[in-house]
Amino acid sequence: MELKDMIRGCLGPLAVAIDEFRGDLSVEVPKSHIIDALRRLKDDPGLGFDFLSDLFGVDNSEIYKKKTASKKPGDEGPETPSENDMPSPPRFDVIYLLLSLKTNRRLRVKARIAEDDPVIDSVTSIWKAATWPEREVFDMYGIRFKGHPDLRRLLMWDEFPAHPLRKDYPLEGMGEERCLIYE
Amino acid sequence: MFQDSSLSGHSTGDYVKINIGPSHPAMHGTLRVVAWTDGETVIKADPEIGYLHRGVEKMGESLTYHQFIPLTDRLNYCSAICNNVAYEIAVEKLLGIEIPEKAQLIRIIMMELARIADHQVCVGILGVDLGAFTPFFYLIIQREEIYEIFEWYNGARLTNTFGRIGGVEADLPDDFEQRWKELRPNLLKAIDETDKLLTHNRIWMDRTIGVTAFSPEDALNWGFTGPCLRACGVKRDLRKDEPYYMYDKFAFEIPVGRHGDVFDRYMVRMREMEESIKIIDQAYKMYKELPPDAPLMAKVPKVIKPPEGEVYRAIESPNGELGFFIKSDGSDKPYRIKIRPPCYMVYQAFPEMVKGEMIADLIACLSSLNVIAGELDR
Amino acid sequence: MGLQAYSGSGWILTKLEDLINWGRKRSPWPLPYGTACCGIEMMCALASGYDMARFGAERPSFSPRQADVLIEAGTITKKMVPILKRIYDQMAEPKWVIAMGACACSGGVFRTYSTLQGIDKVIPVDVYVPGCPPRPEGLLYALIKVMEKIEKDHPLRKQFDQLKLGVDNGA
Repeated sequence: MELKDMIRGCLGPLAVAIDEFRGDLSVEVPKSHIIDALRRLKDDPGLGFDFLSDLFGVDNSEIYKKKTASKKPGDEGPETPSENDMPSPPRFDVIYLLLSLKTNRRLRVKARIAEDDPVIDSVTSIWKAATWPEREVFDMYGIRFKGHPDLRRLLMWDEFPAHPLRKDYPLEGMGEERCLIYE
Repeated sequence: MFQDSSLSGHSTGDYVKINIGPSHPAMHGTLRVVAWTDGETVIKADPEIGYLHRGVEKMGESLTYHQFIPLTDRLNYCSAICNNVAYEIAVEKLLGIEIPEKAQLIRIIMMELARIADHQVCVGILGVDLGAFTPFFYLIIQREEIYEIFEWYNGARLTNTFGRIGGVEADLPDDFEQRWKELRPNLLKAIDETDKLLTHNRIWMDRTIGVTAFSPEDALNWGFTGPCLRACGVKRDLRKDEPYYMYDKFAFEIPVGRHGDVFDRYMVRMREMEESIKIIDQAYKMYKELPPDAPLMAKVPKVIKPPEGEVYRAIESPNGELGFFIKSDGSDKPYRIKIRPPCYMVYQAFPEMVKGEMIADLIACLSSLNVIAGELDR
Repeated sequence: MGLQAYSGSGWILTKLEDLINWGRKRSPWPLPYGTACCGIEMMCALASGYDMARFGAERPSFSPRQADVLIEAGTITKKMVPILKRIYDQMAEPKWVIAMGACACSGGVFRTYSTLQGIDKVIPVDVYVPGCPPRPEGLLYALIKVMEKIEKDHPLRKQFDQLKLGVDNGA
């Protein structure tokens, strides 16, 4: 059986979309069921994605901006709702890179997160390997992980005011300096 | 002395908080560990990272695909070539191209040389941190010779910017064989001398055997890869498990340890250097069988504009699985680059590893993990 | 004050200064503060092969209080700035600073939100070594430059000037 069908069979309705590109499979699952989906993938005897290789975030806001800019108002197509009534697509992705140690197959699991509610369940209860990556995603994107044992900034200092990997943050920063605190 | 509610449950209740680093000889410049100790025993350790966070991932979003190669040098600067290849192989996967055989072999030869250089630094520094200064000098002499080969191939000693997307820029110069013939026995001799100085040394054994042992289940749960995982007894090496290039055609062993302690990590690294020498021998033999005018570059457009999509590709760097995730939006700049540094995952288990150990063993453990701040913080 | 009479470069003081400078010049104990890639090249310069001990930099001093020359090798991030400043402040006078590598000189390729654009924004620098990273020879040359700078120094005159200032202010 092909891996795609096995994943569909394992996840059922949780697999919102499955995408394949250059041999890499990625599956999108609803953010509310992320722990359930990852547990199923881990415990499934045929798949056995038992190793969390990495966890990180992606900010999609510029891709959406580019797409709306290229779409002209007079375009043909089904219908072009005006920008106000269209619900904004979820801005962030949190991507889990899974690996099966038995079969050496890899899978990307994607959860989409809206900007106004950047919260997702922490997977540290399944893999301890998620501890620092989740802290880093919190640091870089401001996505909070519910149930994380110690959610602090990881790379930037504690008082840093922004989330640097968001697309609207300039590369050269906004003049933040770490002040000299002699404890 | 102070009291902390999170540390309760221990008999005395009095702890000393020790701050180690970031400027501390054993912290390799930029690492910092805050340790709570009871006498000499570490009750809790809290590593703090980010002192070398330079924003490489953010920079990648405003550079073209070719321009990003020099930045990958500065991730794991002990083995820059492996980083370059890891990035290039990911972009090549994104473009859907296969590089010519000769370029693959040159990359393999250079990568294995870089692996030897990396392990030499790690073993040497482990010795220095534990008070054995001499092996460091033995190893670094041969390391200079490896650097000479790098320099003479692409003009830089440390940050090589090796390879191009789609192949390599130049053939191995004619006298590589001569140089390798001179270097090979010296390398083996340096490894042997270090072996003699350290492996059966009573003090070394007492300082390393059984220190910060880690079980394979825990190691997999924490996301370990590379020598630290193999020291725990898990036979996993991406060169064998997910072979890239021609690694499946070479005969070499994967050394594994049993207990996952400092000694096993040290032994795995020592044995891996010998295996790398074997790989270079075989790769050079295969290289010589190829015609001298075999192509070095695949057909790659001058401006790289990959199709929209996301790829992840990992190789076995000296520290473990080094992967690049690249998301392309169809333009000439990557939309998002995520680096999966191997020592990041290893280092996050550090509090668990040193819990209940002596404070001197904390230093030994950190040194044996080979945490490189450049790739840890990116 | 009798001291004021000697505050110029009188014959005795000049020769005494020469003696002090000669001593200082031949033993610039470095504080190797390697934070990134340059740290590896600094290690090479300290180890066999390049052997920085030839120039009297025999003993790398990891404690700032016993060091003369701070070799800042590598990138300093904004998170690291307070620590670098504190290390510099802890060093006893006289002290010199070598900024090794492009990152320490000017931030190098890393013009980002988290990187300090040159350590001379926070501490004074005596010798800059360009290169990413510089070769060990570059660092040796910088050390020789520091030694030249030490040779031209007027340690006693400075001290007497300070004393004089103190006396003047007090009066």
